[in-house]
Amino acid sequence: MYAQMVKSTGARVKSLDEMDPEERAFQVRIDADIKVEPKDWMPEGYRKTLIRQISQHAHSEIVGQLPEGNWITRAPTLDRKAILIAKVQDEAGHGLYLYCAAETLGVSRDEMTEQLLSGKAKYSSIFNYPTLTWADIGAIGWLVDGAAIMNQVPLQRCSFGPYSRAMIRICKEESFHQRQGYDIMMKLCAGTAEQKEMAQDALNRWWWPSLMMFGPSDQDSVHSAQSMAWKIKQNSNDELRQKFVDQTVPQAEYIGLKTPDPDCKWNEARGAYDFGEIDWSEFYEVLKGNGPCNKERLEARRKAWDDGAWFRDALMAHAKKREARKMAAE
Amino acid sequence: MKNEWPLWEVFIRGQHGLAHRHVGSLHAPDAEMAVKNARDVYTRRNEGVSIWVVRAGDITASSPGEKEPLFEPSNSKIYRHPTFYDIPDDVGRM
Repeated sequence: MYAQMVKSTGARVKSLDEMDPEERAFQVRIDADIKVEPKDWMPEGYRKTLIRQISQHAHSEIVGQLPEGNWITRAPTLDRKAILIAKVQDEAGHGLYLYCAAETLGVSRDEMTEQLLSGKAKYSSIFNYPTLTWADIGAIGWLVDGAAIMNQVPLQRCSFGPYSRAMIRICKEESFHQRQGYDIMMKLCAGTAEQKEMAQDALNRWWWPSLMMFGPSDQDSVHSAQSMAWKIKQNSNDELRQKFVDQTVPQAEYIGLKTPDPDCKWNEARGAYDFGEIDWSEFYEVLKGNGPCNKERLEARRKAWDDGAWFRDALMAHAKKREARKMAAE
Repeated sequence: MKNEWPLWEVFIRGQHGLAHRHVGSLHAPDAEMAVKNARDVYTRRNEGVSIWVVRAGDITASSPGEKEPLFEPSNSKIYRHPTFYDIPDDVGRM
């Protein structure tokens, strides 16, 4: 997902009896659906896992601006351009809400930026794929934002107050993203044969990476088990992936497109779509930094950070000077 | 990376005459820029008609440990709620 394979403590989930009184009281509150707020006592593992997850989520929003920003100057109409700018601006906003939520846990913005730029912190694998045609902008809104929503809706109920509140805000804005993407796909599919082919090609390229967004099957993962016990995570990766497939396949059919998966078909008995095996080696390669655009994305972020340094410093110097002048006058 | 902009808490008053409500925080070099940034970050969809920003460091908050002494005393004072009193239906709306 936007936060994939977030490491938790790595330890087995403790039972209430094994916990010391402080931790037990904490877990009891979580079980009772009482939100945890920044100043409340929390286990170190909970804090660290959340910092990892929220910052990874934030980095994904920020890096996610790059593939779409690529098409702002080439959007086919002024309307589409305005919409795309608004969407990319939203992604920046979502990144900022999330960074702020993470900061309440005691990590600074600069530390998080540093972790992204050094490659220590990850962002979603999906943003390491290139946007080759205009149809990719449609496919991203429809599929990538669609998958994101699937994951973010349950995160609104996350046990950590600031994260949950950020997710509520984000979810309110996200639905526009998916709809504008599908709208682009609908238009292309109602156009010339060439335009429709472009839409199909985009679906072909984005389908599997979108399914990978949910992360590997997590039935046996200790990290997932702990995150679920803490209510940082609500559903298993497979559960959300299945939901996404079930929702998306009919949407593709509606506009005359087909998923690139020959094994994708309705299973009457399960009441769900079966789908083929995901190539997990590709996923791990992209996570390791060997995707088509990993280098380019990080370089773009580093350049933005370095090129903006003088500006950040200048504004700070100006603010300090004005403050000093004001103090002197008083 | 040491010159981080300070953190500001942002409060927005919505359209309908309600009080300013905390919506989140952001970094900005000074108050003026904080208001400008708050407009971009927190009011992209007409959410507000007024913005307050306060330096996060200037906020004094109650601590979670004080929860009981601060809030417990009001638990037992149920007579502060209108539903505590039984007024016969015949009296009409009150």
